Amino acid sequence: MAAEASFGPPHATQPEAAGARLTPSMAASAAAIELRQVHQRFGEVVALVDVSLTIDRHERVGIVGPSGCGKSTLLSAIAGLIQPNKGSIAIGDAITPEERLRRCALMPQRDLLLPWRTAIDNAAIALENRGVRRGEARERARPLFERFGLAKFEQRTPAELSGGMRQRVAFLRTLMAQKDILLLDEPFAALDSITRSGMQEWLLTALQQEPRTVVLVTHDVDEALLLTQRVMVISARPGRIVRTLVTDLARDRPRREIVTSSEFTALKESALEALES
Amino acid sequence: MSKVVIEETSNETTPQSQPANVRRILGRLGPPALVVVLTLVVWELVIRALDVPTYIWAPPSLIAQTIRENYGELFGHAGVTLLETLVGFSFAVAAGLAFGLFLHFSTWAKRSLYPLLIASQSIPTVVLAPVFVLVLGFGLWPKVAVVTLFCFFPVVVGTIDGLSSVDPEYIRMMLTLDATRMGIFRRVEFPSALPQIFTGTRVAATYAAIGAVFGEWAGSESGLGWQMLQAKGRLDTPLVFADIVFITVMALALFGAVSLVERLTIPWARKGG
Repeated sequence: MAAEASFGPPHATQPEAAGARLTPSMAASAAAIELRQVHQRFGEVVALVDVSLTIDRHERVGIVGPSGCGKSTLLSAIAGLIQPNKGSIAIGDAITPEERLRRCALMPQRDLLLPWRTAIDNAAIALENRGVRRGEARERARPLFERFGLAKFEQRTPAELSGGMRQRVAFLRTLMAQKDILLLDEPFAALDSITRSGMQEWLLTALQQEPRTVVLVTHDVDEALLLTQRVMVISARPGRIVRTLVTDLARDRPRREIVTSSEFTALKESALEALES
Repeated sequence: MSKVVIEETSNETTPQSQPANVRRILGRLGPPALVVVLTLVVWELVIRALDVPTYIWAPPSLIAQTIRENYGELFGHAGVTLLETLVGFSFAVAAGLAFGLFLHFSTWAKRSLYPLLIASQSIPTVVLAPVFVLVLGFGLWPKVAVVTLFCFFPVVVGTIDGLSSVDPEYIRMMLTLDATRMGIFRRVEFPSALPQIFTGTRVAATYAAIGAVFGEWAGSESGLGWQMLQAKGRLDTPLVFADIVFITVMALALFGAVSLVERLTIPWARKGG
């Protein structure tokens, strides 16, 4: 299982394999993403005001805010799909939108799986985009399907998968892009609440195995607190950061214990209060 | 390193049993077949009851008899018309796809040519048939030209509309997954345009045989359209009907062939059962 070994986390004891395939090469500078005084407007609508934010390598940051507060705009701007009107965004030494686009992988709310491709061919599409032959791309994706509990589902078409499974394939596709930065835009919003909590656990396990710098946008305060290490609360339009919460929760206990603990409720109350103001 | 467990069951699609499949197909074909049979029976009875002369209107039994008696001749002319239809249809699909792709990739061409293409549809194609006869003679090519003109438009429109109605979110996603312009076209735009391209092609398939007949009416020495004109001149109405039957079957067959290719090419696009 040499192939599987090479998908191990970078700190594993296979120096030649670590980072060879999935983990992108990137200067190990502390700050992975740096936003300075970012302003964004669309015509008359002001979407973002004075957003400054520094995210460390392999840190998970949550962004919470009401619908239409410019959360998704912020992700698009980081990804390089749009360039903000004012301010700067740097990902390592990548400053222009084109350079940023090469460093980020965006996972949208809808799974956006291509119905004519099997699950494994959907997951491996980024490799094909970079010129890898389909057969080889498949071989490289297969170990991930095993590791992330999708082993029997490689050949299914998206129509044959449940919503939760489709979202997993969509996440693997984002992972297979071999980018150090994952931008997750409400990844589980379309799922029912039971499937959603299962997916949150799954995502945490997956990120422990494949650590990445993660920016998670959500309107679900619980989700942000559970999945990330730092939560930025954004106000209703025009969006600005109104509160920052450090969520150093002990995570080695069952979810029900975390969400009913006093630290969790205190953080949640603080977040909700910031959202209301 | 813990493996992630699957706690979900997938909604597995169970393959349908053979009798159920047969019943489903019969259920779909049954009602229209019944209507056709009833129509033929009523037609036959009305003609017989009113004692309509056969040179005015022929009953189905006589048409069937005419087909049996003129089998060889009918098939000979059908071969000519079929060739015109298939060549013209193939040209139209190839040219329609190529032109659609060209307009898709060139914003300038799309802006300048697409409105003209739509406007050109107000020209009745049929009236051009005699012009083609003047320019291209009495052989295969003037008919091919009419068929191509008939079928070109739906294919182009299907191609352009299909390519431009791709969900922009897919394109954004592909951009963050390192896709080039060509990669997006090959892996997202073209496959998702295929259902609309096939819809256009199916419409074209129904026009193709009619186009060939129009072409033959404008001037020819053989073919079902030519045979029809000859039969009409002799007041041989049953033979006219026999020709109509052949033309209809030809159009249906081409439509069916395109539908079959569509099912095999894009099984994922099939809606419902």
